[in-house]
Amino acid sequence: MRALVEQSINLYAAILLIVSFAMISQRRILSLVHLYTAQGVTLVLATLTVAGLTRQPDLYVSAALTAVLKVIVIPLGLHRIIDRMNVRWDVEPLLNIPMTMLVGIVLVVFSFNLAMPISQLSSSIARGTLGIALACVLLSFMMMIVRAKAIPQVIGFLAMENGLFFAATAATNGMPMIVELGIALDVLVGVLILSVFMFQIREQFDSLDIRHLEQLRDDGKDER
Amino acid sequence: MIHIDWILLIAGGWLLLAAVSLLVLRATRIVARWIFPAGAALGLGLLVVAIDAAFSPAEVAELLIGLPGLPMHLRVDALAAFFLIVIGAGACGTSLFCAGYFRTEEGTAPGLLSFEYHVFLAAMTLVVLADDAYTFMVMWETMAVSSYLLVTANHRLASVRNAGYLYLLIAHIGAIALLMCFGILQDNTGDYRFSNLRAVHLDPVWSSVAFGLAVFGFGAKAGLVPLHVWLPEAHPAAPSPVSALMSAVMLKTAIYGLLRVCLDILGGGPWWWGMVLLALGLASALLGVVFSTVQTEMKRLLAYSSIENIGLIVTGIGLALTFHAYGMTALAALALSAALVHVLAHAFFKSLLFLGTGAVLHATGERNLGKLGGLIRTMPWVAWLVLAGALAGAGLPPFVGFVSEWLLLQSFLLTTILPNSFLNMLIPLVAAAVALVVALAGYAMVKFFGVIFLGQPREEKLLQAHDAGSWERLGLLWFAAGVLLLGLFPTLLIELVDPVTRRLVGGGLAPAVQANGWLLLAPSGIDRASYGPIVFLCGVGAATLLGLLIARGLFRGTLRRAATWACGMGLLPVRDQARLQDSAEGFGQPIRQIFETFFHVSRELPAPSDVRPRYRVLIEDRIWLGAYLPIVRAVDAVARQVGHLQQGRISIYLLYSFLTLLVMLLLVRA
Amino acid sequence: MTISGAVAQLLEIALALAGAPLLLGWVDQCRARLQNRRAPPLVQPYRVLRKLFNKESVVADSASALFRMAPYAKFGCMTLACAIVPTVSTDLPLATAADAIALVGLFALARTCLALAAMDIGTAFGGMGARRDMLIGFLAEPALLMTLFCVSLITHSTSLANMVETMNRRPFGLEPSLAFAGIAFTIVSLAENTRIPVDNPATHLELTMIHEALVLEYSGRHLAMLEWAASLKMFAYSCIGLALFFPWGIAEIDTPLAMITAVPVLAFKLAIGGVGLALIETISAKMRIFRVPEYLATAFLLAVIGLLVHQLLGA
Repeated sequence: MRALVEQSINLYAAILLIVSFAMISQRRILSLVHLYTAQGVTLVLATLTVAGLTRQPDLYVSAALTAVLKVIVIPLGLHRIIDRMNVRWDVEPLLNIPMTMLVGIVLVVFSFNLAMPISQLSSSIARGTLGIALACVLLSFMMMIVRAKAIPQVIGFLAMENGLFFAATAATNGMPMIVELGIALDVLVGVLILSVFMFQIREQFDSLDIRHLEQLRDDGKDER
Repeated sequence: MIHIDWILLIAGGWLLLAAVSLLVLRATRIVARWIFPAGAALGLGLLVVAIDAAFSPAEVAELLIGLPGLPMHLRVDALAAFFLIVIGAGACGTSLFCAGYFRTEEGTAPGLLSFEYHVFLAAMTLVVLADDAYTFMVMWETMAVSSYLLVTANHRLASVRNAGYLYLLIAHIGAIALLMCFGILQDNTGDYRFSNLRAVHLDPVWSSVAFGLAVFGFGAKAGLVPLHVWLPEAHPAAPSPVSALMSAVMLKTAIYGLLRVCLDILGGGPWWWGMVLLALGLASALLGVVFSTVQTEMKRLLAYSSIENIGLIVTGIGLALTFHAYGMTALAALALSAALVHVLAHAFFKSLLFLGTGAVLHATGERNLGKLGGLIRTMPWVAWLVLAGALAGAGLPPFVGFVSEWLLLQSFLLTTILPNSFLNMLIPLVAAAVALVVALAGYAMVKFFGVIFLGQPREEKLLQAHDAGSWERLGLLWFAAGVLLLGLFPTLLIELVDPVTRRLVGGGLAPAVQANGWLLLAPSGIDRASYGPIVFLCGVGAATLLGLLIARGLFRGTLRRAATWACGMGLLPVRDQARLQDSAEGFGQPIRQIFETFFHVSRELPAPSDVRPRYRVLIEDRIWLGAYLPIVRAVDAVARQVGHLQQGRISIYLLYSFLTLLVMLLLVRA
Repeated sequence: MTISGAVAQLLEIALALAGAPLLLGWVDQCRARLQNRRAPPLVQPYRVLRKLFNKESVVADSASALFRMAPYAKFGCMTLACAIVPTVSTDLPLATAADAIALVGLFALARTCLALAAMDIGTAFGGMGARRDMLIGFLAEPALLMTLFCVSLITHSTSLANMVETMNRRPFGLEPSLAFAGIAFTIVSLAENTRIPVDNPATHLELTMIHEALVLEYSGRHLAMLEWAASLKMFAYSCIGLALFFPWGIAEIDTPLAMITAVPVLAFKLAIGGVGLALIETISAKMRIFRVPEYLATAFLLAVIGLLVHQLLGA
């Protein structure tokens, strides 16, 4: 039974990887939010499993925090933003989707290769999954780069933080509580600022396309 | 000493035939009826002798032809014997086909064509036999020049001349690289014999430089990316039997050279050598197959398909080199066997396909896929034999193309245990790419066969196409039989390849394969993987018969022939009805859309006010536009600058000579 | 070759030939019930086959022998495929003749024969169907191969019988690479068996046909052969999936009597699989034809990720 529970951590890691890949191949913003919620749920389950196996009460608290923040509060917030700004349309990638997925595979190979020697030094039970966590971080970063609208970029930022959280769980059996709370506060504040920012962009340019921001550079020409 | 004597006799026989054909320059009948069949008989002899030589110990010979003090050293060992098998088989079938093909004018006198052809064959044989760098390079050059003359047989057309020029240029650039490579290999000892080159111990930097030069030089001849640009031009320009010989046999001499230098003389190297070959091979395979699916001319399609197959062979060799570097002999033998079996398989099915296009060209005068179609009814022999070649080219069981694909994929599967974890992760990706290449090759072969032979004829004159003559049928039959029989008896192929792998990487598959009998191919044990093509074929055949029995025996359905429903277009003339079916561009359009980044597509769209609207799509190679044209422009610019030296005034020229004299006097004084 | 082996082989072939249309009928029934329609009887496919076999077969004037032989060739290939997949037992003498790679080659052979036959008549639909089918095939074939490789890497073998036995004997574990391979396999079998969301098996509109365009010119006993072969293909794919990912209940070499229980277990598993298929078909909508390569590329990439994950976590 214990072996099964240990193997389930591998399964959660795999699900995280699939969800990250699914995120970069999505065309609709609403499904992106749903995928982010799914990521949150997987993280909670993984943290609970590690908590149960290593008997660290800190991780239970951390799992609860994650559940409240990433499964309930932030997705609700994102849904409200989407409703208010009426942005249900296509994601509009800068690079076409098959090419994005190919680059994604290269990133996965790169992070797997990078993580092999490091994971041998760790003593956590989830150490094999460090490569997957790193891959999730890189994939979310790539999603931030190749999207032209603001909301997918925000979700990419949040997904990156998810990947980091899982990497911490995998490598060191969770982070000290104070670090966790600090990161959670950072993320919350970050999302608040980003949503205010998005409203401002929308008011200024009447669209959430970040390519409009390129007009805000000083090259001596008249600003429109 | 007996095998090498026979082989030299056969090569001499070809040279004799070449000389005789010079005497009967314009007598088409003598050339076609006597000289080519004699050449075919010699090819068959070479095949038999080479098979025997493959299992015998190595033999050497020294010919006192050449410069004084520099005799020709020749040697036949397992590696040379295997490639002599390829040459012999290819020569036999192609010469039989030529006996029927070269009865009409090809732009050059038939005697001259036969001279160049037989010199080409003899030169290839001697390249494979060569045991010192001097003989090798002399014969390499002879091979290049004679094939250039064969490619430009129809020299009155400007396009043919340009294609030949490009071919000769790249062949010589490769030859320069080879000269430099041999120069490095001899390491200042002055002795160019291969036995000396093997004994010399180079330090790693220089051996890597030699490796790089060898890959460049042999890659130029084999058609590896990015030196492949001559292949799609030269193969369509040459007469079809010549294309067949070039594609099936000449490209393999480059593979022979690569194996000889990398595995035999240099004895293998660090693991990244194999990775370089793997990368180049995969790039060639992908580029070749993607381009072949969008071609509109039948011989260009086959030329790109050759690039793809050479890419697969080089991938196998790269894999073998990597395993050899880690000392994994069994896996290296498996990968190398896959590559060598593919060498033989490709020789057979590509010859078959090219000779088929020759028959079609003679019968219809068309080489454009958009003007062919429906030839299975008027040319049944050619169509059914070419079908065997197309199915083999698509890598379908039970033909021979599947055997090499099977072995290559097996060698990917057993590689979870490489010490380098990065390579461990690359292997699944490479396996995926190989699977993709093979699937796309199937697409290209269906397009090739379907557009040419099936459907409705797209031109009226196709209804008068005549089937191939008896000599041509014989040549096609030789290759078709090989494609099927070699596919049904893969254990024979493994036994043939075993001495070669034993020599090059120190291990072979034959013991494991022989332990499981002749019905099954099981290189790593029956419970790991096995493939039995004869049982496979019997199984499919029996099930088909069962289906026939059930359908015809149990039930009372009848059959009626009727005109096909063409959406009401039946009132149109036949030629316009045929326009309803897919054109060659149309069949390749999905691939073009998916792989758009590989191509450079230029479109000519009609304007709304055009009285005669035309739509043109031109698909070009990015490598040609991006890498070659800038070099051409740079060379042009430099040449123009140098051209300023040619003032045209005599006093300036005298000034040049005067200045040179002054400089010489100064130097001598110092 | 032992007696039990021969019996197992013949039992498998007979089961496939007799039971494949039944599977098709069951899937139709489930789909009809999910869509709130009245379901056709379970034996409807048999009636269709009998009707077609007794009908007159009309062949175009310009058709060659390739056109008339292709349905039988496809039937032969699919029967062999069903014979080498371990459905009720792994003690199959024919299985040594073709391993997983040869199985993929077998499917490719059938697809090529049919595509060539479709191009034979020279109408617009035939060529279009051939082109679209080869488009799907060129991505589905490597994806299937990679999926089988995932399992091969775990079992260190490509012989199907050996793979199934090894999977059966392993302790129950949650392997992520198998999960990826399973999802990829589902996508590939949906594409290859011409199910929604890739292709609608009941449509005849030019915009939406893929497989139907290939068989548009066939009628009478040739069409019957093709329909039977299509149901055999679906049976084979379902059995491959069940044998590799849910191998419980399959008899092995040393337990021939287990074949008696293997048949009802297989029927049960296929029934559940049929419900699952009907559910997927009802929930999804048919995709645009040029989204299909992306869909299959996803399956391909999933299988490749499965391989990579296995290398990372298992090697």
